[in-house]
Amino acid sequence: MGAQMMRGKYVIAGIGNTAFGKLGLDTVTLNVMACKAALEDAGVDKVDVDALLLKTPTSAKEILYGQKVAQAMGMQPRWGGAWDQGGAANLTLINIAMMAIETGQCEIALVSYADNPRSGNRQVYGRPRGNDAAYGWFSTAAGYGMIHRAHVAQYQTDPRAFGEFAIAVRKHGAQNPNAQLQKAISMDDYLASAWVVDPLRRDDCCLVSDGAAAVVVMSAEKARQLQVREPVPILGIGGAQESYDVHLRPCLTTTQAARSAKLAFEMAGVKPADISVAQIYDCFTITGLMTLEDYGFCDKGGVYEFVRDGQIQHGGRLPVNTSGGLLSETGTPGLPLVLEAVRQVRGSANLQVPDVRYSLVSNQGGTMHTHATMILGA
Amino acid sequence: MTTEIAVDVDSINKPYWDGLKQGQLFYQACQCGHHWLPPSRHCPACLNENVTWQQASGEATVVSWVVYHVAYNPEFKDRLPYNVAIVRLREGPQLITNIEGDTQRLAVGETVRLKVDLGLEQPLARFSI
Repeated sequence: MGAQMMRGKYVIAGIGNTAFGKLGLDTVTLNVMACKAALEDAGVDKVDVDALLLKTPTSAKEILYGQKVAQAMGMQPRWGGAWDQGGAANLTLINIAMMAIETGQCEIALVSYADNPRSGNRQVYGRPRGNDAAYGWFSTAAGYGMIHRAHVAQYQTDPRAFGEFAIAVRKHGAQNPNAQLQKAISMDDYLASAWVVDPLRRDDCCLVSDGAAAVVVMSAEKARQLQVREPVPILGIGGAQESYDVHLRPCLTTTQAARSAKLAFEMAGVKPADISVAQIYDCFTITGLMTLEDYGFCDKGGVYEFVRDGQIQHGGRLPVNTSGGLLSETGTPGLPLVLEAVRQVRGSANLQVPDVRYSLVSNQGGTMHTHATMILGA
Repeated sequence: MTTEIAVDVDSINKPYWDGLKQGQLFYQACQCGHHWLPPSRHCPACLNENVTWQQASGEATVVSWVVYHVAYNPEFKDRLPYNVAIVRLREGPQLITNIEGDTQRLAVGETVRLKVDLGLEQPLARFSI
């Protein structure tokens, strides 16, 4: 059975999220809030959910976390647990939900992610990297800085490419009333932004946020039976992973995004040029730019020509991160991008793109260790 | 450039850290032809346990580097800004290090030479340009 047979067979039946920012709530509570909102949006009762799939919170890992959230939800789902794959886990869990439903293991799945590094523990982002900490090798940002520098060295990437990405996303976030950071920037602002870990500037780096998001996954057939109001079909989905730490990779400028996207595009039967709007995982601007290249929106090294002059802004040829992405809406990775991709298909986005036919979303985790891609369609 | 971050020495990586105390950088090699760091019990390429140690020539090229302008650990606060680099040894293995010398000349592909920092309780494999 080929992946193409799954095209349009499953849907996102409901979406829900919390506010984003500094919330002062534990992750279990945040997950319950997002799940409750997603169930209400789908019009589904919690007793009918038979899979509860969670991404592990980055700020505080616990054992049996999935069961803890199920308890707080007052649920006894047949399937459940927490998946650790960094930011790609969100789309991977949607993929797993589809496979589980396909094989008759469950019928309705809730996929949820909550984290609270803003008010809780954010040490994970500055953590020592094993024995290499003796050399001063700390943090998530530094690994992305290595990739950023390697890309600039290999392709003479214009610094304004990174600026264009940040400017577009921040502009969109500034117009989102639920965004944590509602402040647009200019190219001059970007180029004057302070170094964090050179070559990364403050404006290259995503937010640190509390928040949660959840989606309900079921078959299109089940959605018809339950008369779900606005189910959004999943046309393509794929994943891939690198596994090696940044400093052990033979090449820093290729990512697994290409392999992940190939499967998603083939399953959906579409090409990059068919995509109406894209939510591209932007933990750092280099991530967004390399994903655009690896997805085939432009050639490797050609991303500045693709993003310059506002081409990825709302109204441009490929609007990207229309709710503000990780740089502006929320640093809570992954699922909020999925929610915006759903809203764009439903026609209910704040910065709605006209006539959306194919809505793409990327997730990735670690330091470009893991990647996942999904294409939704009208 | 001193540091007080202790390294975690175990039965697998002990020859690596002991080598640095003698001013020598060792990497691991397997009969399948694979050369690697960090040390492991099995060859990551073929999973053979018949792992040997070989001394690196000390010649390497810069793969990438960053310059920290924030300290994620108080030990590095007084060292800001400091660099951390990825280098590829002539023999193949890649590792995290610091580059010393005329760092204005730092560039991807630049040749650097091993300069073990013996002034530390646990010497480190730094490189100079």
